Amino acid sequence: MSSVLRPRRSRTLTAVMALYLLYSLIPLVWLLISATKTQPDLLSTPGLSFGGTFALFDNIGSTFTYNNGIFLRWLGNTLLYVVVGAGGATVLATAAGYGLAKYRFRGRQAVFAVVLGAIAVPGTALAVPTFLLFSRLGLIDTPLAVILPSLISPFGLYLIWVYATDAIPDEMMEAARIDGAGELRIFLAVTLRQLAPGIVTVALFAVVATWNNYFLPLIMLSDPNWYPLTVGLNQWSSQAVGAAAQPIYHLVITGSLLTIVPLVIAFLFLQRFWQSGLTAGSVKQ
Amino acid sequence: MAPPRRHRVVAALAAALLSTAALAACGSPGSDPGSAKATGTQDAVDAALQAGGTITYWTWTPSAKAQVEAFEKEYPKVKVNLVNAGTGNDQYTKLQNAVKAGSGGPDVAQIEYQALPQFALTGALADLNQYGFGAFQKDYTASTWSSVNVGNGLYGLPQDSGPMALFYNKADFDKYGIAVPKTWDEYVDAAKKLHAADPTKFITSDTGDAGFTTSMIWQAGGHPFGTDGRNVKINLNDPGAQKWTKVWDQLVQGKLLSTVKGWSDDWYRALGDGTIATLVTGAWMPGVFKSSVTAGSGKWAVAPMPTYDGQPVSAENGGSAQSVLKQSQHPELAAAFVRWLNHGNGVKPFIASGGFPSTTADLNSPSFLDAADPYFGGQKVNQVLTAASGAVAKGWSYLPYQLYANSIYVDTVGKSYLNGTAIGDGLKAWQSALVDYGNQQGFTASAG
Repeated sequence: MSSVLRPRRSRTLTAVMALYLLYSLIPLVWLLISATKTQPDLLSTPGLSFGGTFALFDNIGSTFTYNNGIFLRWLGNTLLYVVVGAGGATVLATAAGYGLAKYRFRGRQAVFAVVLGAIAVPGTALAVPTFLLFSRLGLIDTPLAVILPSLISPFGLYLIWVYATDAIPDEMMEAARIDGAGELRIFLAVTLRQLAPGIVTVALFAVVATWNNYFLPLIMLSDPNWYPLTVGLNQWSSQAVGAAAQPIYHLVITGSLLTIVPLVIAFLFLQRFWQSGLTAGSVKQ
Repeated sequence: MAPPRRHRVVAALAAALLSTAALAACGSPGSDPGSAKATGTQDAVDAALQAGGTITYWTWTPSAKAQVEAFEKEYPKVKVNLVNAGTGNDQYTKLQNAVKAGSGGPDVAQIEYQALPQFALTGALADLNQYGFGAFQKDYTASTWSSVNVGNGLYGLPQDSGPMALFYNKADFDKYGIAVPKTWDEYVDAAKKLHAADPTKFITSDTGDAGFTTSMIWQAGGHPFGTDGRNVKINLNDPGAQKWTKVWDQLVQGKLLSTVKGWSDDWYRALGDGTIATLVTGAWMPGVFKSSVTAGSGKWAVAPMPTYDGQPVSAENGGSAQSVLKQSQHPELAAAFVRWLNHGNGVKPFIASGGFPSTTADLNSPSFLDAADPYFGGQKVNQVLTAASGAVAKGWSYLPYQLYANSIYVDTVGKSYLNGTAIGDGLKAWQSALVDYGNQQGFTASAG
């Protein structure tokens, strides 16, 4: 007998899930195994088998020291872009989304329309205009050229808006007002806590988007000293091409592995917030 | 083989920015072939070198670090800010962006010969004739000198060159009793014999590469691209192109080519284990072999590029010049650095790091010619390669929008490779797309 607590098992669905699991894990396994190989082994053994020597720690060492430790610099840049860019995007999205959800003012519908429209415009389409704009402002090849566009997250704003509408009862805010709290105090002391799951969700989205951001820094930055990991790894990868090619596939692979580790950790730590964020509002109170 | 075109989006962006730049360049002196030849002396350059200053240099060549260190030691008053802004297309996108923006570019940049006309004709580069560098003509191979001269301007000094030769896996050839092909017909026969003897082995790999295609047409005597001011003529069906497709169609349609993508990890592996038995490519390849195909050491050898009639003739593939940007704030100092790099003490560290130079004195020096290379079983490979540099077919030019052309190659000629249809059909499609694009960009482009 199947029930709500013990749902009936479907063999087909389990099989499909297992396939999907394999599909998701195999690239990761390949990356893990490949990161343990020396470059000659990498170029002479099949992808999913180990090479003759276990070189993971050598590879990690070389990744951090190659070219005067530029990888560490790229890691620092990525962290800077994530903390300031994704952090700022989360703060802005939270403040704006909350304000739009909980206060009535003229032009609210217009803002809503603009935000929805902004979600539909792919970032790539804005690359050329943004570039030309920034070059007029003299911001090209500076960290601001990456950080400023990262601060804008229409999707995050929309998410907080929807979340705040459901998660924060107007009665609670009114009660706080009657107790004499100002609007800022209400936001910081009362509602922010209610919004936490939504904020974590937005933060996770923003962190992942900024961490993986490739196209924007690619066109904005020329100086490798300001590259984030994504663009830097691509530069290492394209070293394998053309006259005077210097392939360092083993470092590209180890670098890629090191690049995803912080993201994996962030997900493991924040997933419980995230889950509650995703399900919030799905049950009518 | 030129670098495969990797970032289609970036290429499209570059094209978008180029289009405005091309229009802006109309009527500027750089694009006017009728303008008087600006000549000058090197005095200003010498003075700038003594005065000193700081310049920025964009390059991806690995020898740059040693070169810049040597230069700064020789001229302590000059500081060179060395930046690797990306390899090939990645750098060109940024360069094009900086040109469009009017600032943010370097003083000196590495530019491949195939990309040079594009930057020269859009007015991005300084004409080095104004510093009297035109006098260096006799010191460079004819083909590289012709590559840096666009219209009446001199837009860089050649660094490396890529006269083509046949690199072949001698171990494979000896094992199966295959003679080293002197003609393309013999090359096709060798391809059949090798693949029949061992179906895992292929004469070479080619999945369609714009740089290789243009070089092969070049060697066959073709002149598919002609630029005169703003008039562009494109004929990818000329006798040279037909000669090449007649040979290469046999390899593609006979499935005699490996489909391993050039410059991938698989490709490096195949060069080491003998499953790709030859490479027809530029003279800079030995450096790549030695640093990155260690498994092939002792197996490979070099022979002249096969020809259509057995008479020696070659073409250039790859290679770059260093150019001075017009937006540079220190053009004299930048020119002085370029002169030192490619016409001075910078050449030696370049050769020492495995580069193949463009200067005839270095190419013909006994120590260069007589160096026996252990990687190639002790063969004096530079004798073959220097001979190739003197046998490059004359009169070649690239399109003033070659980077865009290369980026759409996959959609046209690439389909012929994929479907095993006649390459000539793909070339026709490429040609008509290029004529259309040229006209959209403000050129007067026509077929024929």
